[in-house]
Amino acid sequence: MWNLDKHKGSPALLDDKGDSVTYSDIAEESKAIGDKIGGRCVIFALCTNSIGSIVGYASFLENRIVPVMLSSEIDRNLLSDLDSKYRPAFYWAPSEMEFKGLEKVHEYKGYSLLRTGYERYDINPDTCVLLTTSGSTGNPKLVRQSYRNVLSNTESIIEYLGIDSSERPITILPFNYTYGISVVNTHLYAGATILVTDKSVMQKEFWTFFKEQGATSISGVPYTYEMLERLRFRNMKLDSLKTMTQAGGRLSESLQMKFGEYALSSGRRFFVMYGQCEATARMAYLPPEHVVDHCGFIGVAIPGGEFMLTDTDGKIIGSPNTAGELVYKGDNVTLGYALSKDDLTKGDERNGILHTGDIAERDEQGFYRIVGRMNRFLKVYGNRVNMDDVEKMVNREFSVDCACVGRDDHVVLCVVSDDSVNPRIIDFISQKTNINRIAISVRNIPEIPRNESGKISYKTLNDEVS
Amino acid sequence: MAGNLDLYKEAFCETFEITEDALPGLKYQAIKAWDSVGHMALMAKLEDSFDIMMDTEDIIDFDSYEHGMEILKKYDVTF
Repeated sequence: MWNLDKHKGSPALLDDKGDSVTYSDIAEESKAIGDKIGGRCVIFALCTNSIGSIVGYASFLENRIVPVMLSSEIDRNLLSDLDSKYRPAFYWAPSEMEFKGLEKVHEYKGYSLLRTGYERYDINPDTCVLLTTSGSTGNPKLVRQSYRNVLSNTESIIEYLGIDSSERPITILPFNYTYGISVVNTHLYAGATILVTDKSVMQKEFWTFFKEQGATSISGVPYTYEMLERLRFRNMKLDSLKTMTQAGGRLSESLQMKFGEYALSSGRRFFVMYGQCEATARMAYLPPEHVVDHCGFIGVAIPGGEFMLTDTDGKIIGSPNTAGELVYKGDNVTLGYALSKDDLTKGDERNGILHTGDIAERDEQGFYRIVGRMNRFLKVYGNRVNMDDVEKMVNREFSVDCACVGRDDHVVLCVVSDDSVNPRIIDFISQKTNINRIAISVRNIPEIPRNESGKISYKTLNDEVS
Repeated sequence: MAGNLDLYKEAFCETFEITEDALPGLKYQAIKAWDSVGHMALMAKLEDSFDIMMDTEDIIDFDSYEHGMEILKKYDVTF
């Protein structure tokens, strides 16, 4: 999977505590983990930005062991829910986390390999890795990504970003997040050196590490760029920085202009990109020379991929500047979903075609721009939040009628009750989803507006509360 | 000046929705609400409350309730 032999003694990962591992070290640890696990099975990987977490992941793929990529901060009840649905044979978790009844069989750089005692079961031979679909709203739906998906997307991203072994990206995104994984995949594959830190851009230690180790690239969701703007990033002296990438939702045009102009005038490259975990990670990128003249666009399909726009009858739209559903075709379109372990025997259900659920337009030059969304998702700090899931969670916990609306980076819960319950609802949702409470608000309404057929009129509601 | 201390406390309490008794010794990431998102909101609130513009170095150095008071002294905010 990783050409570990090719890059041998060169440093693969370097952390902010002074520890580092080479590609040979990863190969060695991969053998040890492979021996301990002893064959194909599902493992829950509770991820952090740390050497142990990343080496574990690389080892699983090398040994055809299938990780479910989860945050180490996942709510424990949600974790036990997923556990009962997928019955993983092992866990790979930070050693300080406590798990009752699991047997520790191996340890490596702060991570423990824990045996659950669940029996192994058949997994489709193409399946490589499993990702959650909707942040952590407790929906057990996982995306099934194949070896071919991961490899083709990795090679394509390396090609358009021009990644080689001289790169030194610094970790900003969570490692269980599709965009975070793609940064790791592409740089390990290219033999680069990843600078690993769990610190945020709001911490001094992050920038000290950045400067000491000469980071060459950063990757961020829209919110990351808002934070960088607040830090007056564009005035910082960062000589080593060559490339900035952005994905995980729509960046405001004003920030795209500011960072775009900054990049163009300082000889750097700023890539605005578009993707979904259903397409492994990436589907489109805006060539950096167009970041200003095509501000607000997602650009063109990645190498090896292709876009189409379809109308409501599914017919392909040929004319420019006409909105339709964005449909993507490529080797990185994932196999499909799983709702429980029984679905893991399934093969490819999409045949390389993905209906993105986004409404887009194409201009005369062939650049695409997202103009709307067909489904009930919000992007909050780069994470997809399924509004229907949030409604169900509130309804189940508090026994109140609830309708969820909002905009990106802001979830609005409309509940039929007095306001005494509001703080508890915010606590609960923030706790369960790991979304900062600042992004959540509750409105108390007399009743949920519905249309004649009894369906919630989200549009009416959104107009009322926003 | 008591006025500044009240404003300072209020910025924390409102941003993180916590009570005053939680403030002494409070550190970055010690509570869920004070993550990078919360930090940015807190900095914005403090800049508004005291009508100041904080330097990058001070924003990333601001890591506890007490240390924050030290930092604000640079901007002539006295407690």
